[in-house]
Amino acid sequence: MKLVVAIIKPFKLDEVRQALTAIGVHGMTVTEVKGYGRQKGHTEIYRGAEYVVNFLPKLRIEIAVASDVADKAVEVITANARTGQIGDGKIFVTPIDHALRIRTGETDSDAL
Amino acid sequence: MGAPSYRAAENAALIALAAIFALTTPARAETSTINAADTAWMIVATALVLMMTIPGLALFYSGMVRKKNVLATMAQSLSAVALISILWVAFGYSLAFVGDGAWIGTLDRWFLIGMTMESVNPAAKTIPEALFMLYQMTFAIITVALVAGAVADRMRFSAYLLFSVGWFMFVYVPLAHWVWGGGFLATMGVLDFAGGLVVHLSAGIGGLVAATVMGRRHGYGSENLAPFDLSLAVIGTGLLWVGWFGFNGGSALAANSRAVMAITATHLAACAGALTWAAIEWATRRKPSVLGMISGAVAGLGTITPASGYVAPWHGVAIGVIAGTLCFWACTWLKQRFKYDDSLDVFGVHGVGGLTGTLLAGVFAVNAIGGTAGLIEGNPQQVLIQLYGVVATLVWSGGITFVLLKLVGVFAPLRVSLQQELEGLDISQHGEALQ
Repeated sequence: MKLVVAIIKPFKLDEVRQALTAIGVHGMTVTEVKGYGRQKGHTEIYRGAEYVVNFLPKLRIEIAVASDVADKAVEVITANARTGQIGDGKIFVTPIDHALRIRTGETDSDAL
Repeated sequence: MGAPSYRAAENAALIALAAIFALTTPARAETSTINAADTAWMIVATALVLMMTIPGLALFYSGMVRKKNVLATMAQSLSAVALISILWVAFGYSLAFVGDGAWIGTLDRWFLIGMTMESVNPAAKTIPEALFMLYQMTFAIITVALVAGAVADRMRFSAYLLFSVGWFMFVYVPLAHWVWGGGFLATMGVLDFAGGLVVHLSAGIGGLVAATVMGRRHGYGSENLAPFDLSLAVIGTGLLWVGWFGFNGGSALAANSRAVMAITATHLAACAGALTWAAIEWATRRKPSVLGMISGAVAGLGTITPASGYVAPWHGVAIGVIAGTLCFWACTWLKQRFKYDDSLDVFGVHGVGGLTGTLLAGVFAVNAIGGTAGLIEGNPQQVLIQLYGVVATLVWSGGITFVLLKLVGVFAPLRVSLQQELEGLDISQHGEALQ
């Protein structure tokens, strides 16, 4: 089992979600986050006062998938979250030791 | 032959009776002057001006502060309404608008003693005195609430309340008397239709002095102090704008053409101010900001205030353009040049606007509208009279504000501690916060 964590541009969420559903990924956790990478921040001006905004709004999506699906999921996210501009985000894949569905008590691959 | 002489005798008797009646009960004689249309309009105008403070100014201001200070900023507007209303009824109205001393009125109407269903104020003979009192009350409220914007994000609530009481008593009430209540500025012929001096310049310079005495906010010039939610400020601006129809239109104190003329010039000045500020930003910073548009609108509204009721509609457009330009310059260049932290630009928008508008009233005044000719109609003297009013307001409001703050500072620290400032005024002053 793998945990795929992707940081993407907020307006790309729908495309990514639809594409993941199409390859059989049926669960996802989304969090609104702020951060910076190579894109850095931007400047905002309020009545002449300039503020540098270091942290930009992004979405962090997390999906837990069987190991054989992970590569496909990463491929799909990459294809759909990409604009070609700086600030498209990153994807991290980590192994999952154990998984459990709280309602039924099912574990590991049955719980995904 | 007998009939006409009888009628003549009867008429003579009636006239004599009427004369005696008029002499013995002058208050009764005034009742007949109360006019239903004027009264109806002034009730609406009073409600409109109250709406300018809550929720208008409360939203306009709190949208421009950081999230941790939103409730504290609203509390300043809200408490001004509650506090100043009571003080106005207790003695403010009487000292400002009853009696015609050069410096201050009398206490003849304190706690409204002597006010009756029939009584009227000499300044507004066609509406009930209670309505005139209420209408003027809403002006006192918003003026005190305006000052708070300059010290937003850092003033202790208890010190703000003490300061507000003092500022109302020693700055607003005398000024209102000087300009509108028959004081020395009124006698001199200073034109201030709806409060360029009394409201905007006095609040603006008071705010500037207060911001300087209080010192800059922590992180000013180095940290991000960006507004929490400008959409609130846009809603607030809309309420202020509409409320201003009552502010300037109501200052005619009657439902007449002059009120409509004032409203027309007011609306056009707001439009011209918004377009001008946005255009300057577009040209110099490549983007016209929403904050710029609302700032320009309020600048136009504040600047037309003293001139509305004296000038023609198209003068409103000219005054709006000048307001947008000068207030933009004051909020950007002037503030940075002198490094004062007037948090919400009370001086930059209201002070500069009130000053400019008062002078421009002397330039554009049209005899056929307000009964006074300005520079353009060949009366340059009026500009000097206006300048005298500006200097008197600057000196009085600025000086008294300084003394009051020093005095209040003896009893209560003016400023929250650094830790409280970082934590936010909502939680440190009021024990609540937006989640």
